[in-house]
Amino acid sequence: MSIALQQPPTLVAPPPARTPLARLRWALADGWVMTKRNLAHVVRAPEEVVIYFTLPIMFVLVFGYVFGSGMALPGGGDYREFLLPGVFAMTMLYGLGATATGIAFDVDRGVVDRFRSMPMARSALVVGRSGADIVRALLEMTTLVVCGLLVGWQWRNGIGDALIAVGLILLLRFAITWIGIYLGLVVPNPDTVGVIVFPAAFPLTALSNVFVAPELMPGWMGAVSEWNPLSSTVAASRELFGNPGFGGDSWAAQHSLLLAVAWPLLILAIFVPLSIRRYQNLSR
Amino acid sequence: MTTNDAAIAAQGLRKRYGQSYALDGLDLTVERGVVHGLLGPNGAGKTTAVRILSTLLSFDEGSARVAGHDVVAEADEVRRRIGLTGQYAAVDETLSGRQNLVMFGRLYHLSPRQAKRRADELLEQFALTDAADRSGRTYSGGMRRRLDLAASLILAPEVLFLDEPTTGLDPRSRNDVWDAVRSLVAGGTTVLLTTQYLEEADQLAGRISVIDTGRVVAEGTADELKARIGGDRIEVVVRDAEQLGAAAAVVARIGTAEPELDADTRRVSAPVADRMAALTDAVRELQAAGVAAEDIGLRRPTLDEAFLHLTGHQATATEETAA
Ligand SMILES: Nc1ncnc2c1ncn2[C@@H]1O[C@H](COP(=O)(O)OP(=O)(O)OP(=O)(O)O)[C@@H](O)[C@H]1O
Ligand SMILES: [Mg+2]
Repeated sequence: MSIALQQPPTLVAPPPARTPLARLRWALADGWVMTKRNLAHVVRAPEEVVIYFTLPIMFVLVFGYVFGSGMALPGGGDYREFLLPGVFAMTMLYGLGATATGIAFDVDRGVVDRFRSMPMARSALVVGRSGADIVRALLEMTTLVVCGLLVGWQWRNGIGDALIAVGLILLLRFAITWIGIYLGLVVPNPDTVGVIVFPAAFPLTALSNVFVAPELMPGWMGAVSEWNPLSSTVAASRELFGNPGFGGDSWAAQHSLLLAVAWPLLILAIFVPLSIRRYQNLSR
Repeated sequence: MTTNDAAIAAQGLRKRYGQSYALDGLDLTVERGVVHGLLGPNGAGKTTAVRILSTLLSFDEGSARVAGHDVVAEADEVRRRIGLTGQYAAVDETLSGRQNLVMFGRLYHLSPRQAKRRADELLEQFALTDAADRSGRTYSGGMRRRLDLAASLILAPEVLFLDEPTTGLDPRSRNDVWDAVRSLVAGGTTVLLTTQYLEEADQLAGRISVIDTGRVVAEGTADELKARIGGDRIEVVVRDAEQLGAAAAVVARIGTAEPELDADTRRVSAPVADRMAALTDAVRELQAAGVAAEDIGLRRPTLDEAFLHLTGHQATATEETAA
């Protein structure tokens, strides 16, 4: 190692951001650097990518074939076609575990000390986790759609509506990443957090319209299912895909499109600030 | 020097963990452009102090300013002006060395080109070019430390915190780190260096604060502290126990205090002021007195003796509680 630690004269850090807009730009830039860091991790552990594809493929095959026949729908129609938008959204929900485990690993690393001692945006680490998980969700979503098409599912209202439906499902996934981030920060133990996610996610799928139309459920269960955020996204995407099984008499079912946007935004409004605050106060 | 021009000014810092205080009223003033040593045994509170001053840790009482800014109220201003190499390497072990440095450069808002160029320079300076594109996981402990140090130097920091920077390094790497620290200070950086080694503080630090159980127990230049500890001792082992008295008479003339005798090991020792003069005098005078010496040597006080002297109790190894 040579002793000289000369400073190149041109090397000056830009002055700090002072206006709110400049701050936001910095926060986004820092978040993007952290997103790239997470993606670089994946490139260095390519075996992990296999998992990205396994779960969606398994879900479509298992649910599409095992449950795919012999179930009646209230308004008639093909059950597998009914089921697949639900499986899409459910797969996104199960991404909760990956996000929570991911952020728990992120903050478990010594490098976080360096991040916290640098003048970077306090939100960057959590934003980067969310960003990387959205990239992952895009891959998963593509896999889901391709597998769906292979087992006979299709969209019937044109590509535009289908893309909006995919967008709504990804919006839900985006909101879910922030629940996952909060969970991972509250239980910052990578080994435990993966385990607690399943009991949280499973009832949410069971008490939803993913497998069964809420009209066919007993009173209170039907009501809970209809107001379940997962159901709103699923119902809205069924409608946009032109798949059977959307609709119903309740207000929630009638306004599923509105709720499919409102629920994720509400979740984001709660969990983004909570997560950032939690991260800032971590290990202090 | 007012506390406002000081690089580091901390008053009465207290940090409590449960029932005990990791810092118990720490006062520390470090002027700009020097290396200041923070010397203390395991559990003394060195890491806690560094983490508080580098805005990583909150504290219960007291106040601290670093590079002219309050570590709590103006944490971001402080972060813009400091570098930190903690006790445990804070780099991303999955990424390569180059990826790490480019990432940190980007987080300092260097342009992509600047960040890349700075990474290349630092890799070169810290002899990591060959390993630049390997995952940090494959680095040896010393390489990881060097990468960590490089990461704190992407921008020349006003104040650099080094928490036991050479622990686990081989002598060559240790010298490299020392040289790097010296040239940084020549460029105007202030360095707060924690260490358990008197030798390291001696080599680098202009002033040293000895801390124990969370507060400063002694402060001064290395020479001042050594004078308080008692400095070097000359030690003579005679071949024949009967000559111990004659040897003691010689050592008494050379030393600055009454010699200590140990009949079992046929050893006589005393503190001395001038190392080399004492040694040559001893050899000559023992010969003149006809005393056959088996061993004549100079011994520096060990860290244990230093703590015994400065803190009045033995330096105890406490368990490592990783923060
Ligand atoms: N997170 C923590 N929870 C409880 N106690 C802690 C925590 N961090 C530090 N301590 C305690 O505070 C005291 C000071 O610890 P610190 O790490 O600052 O010592 P140190 O001087 O850096 O020691 P070492 O030479 O071993 O690195 C110790 O008694 C330690 O056990
Ligand atoms: Mg320490």
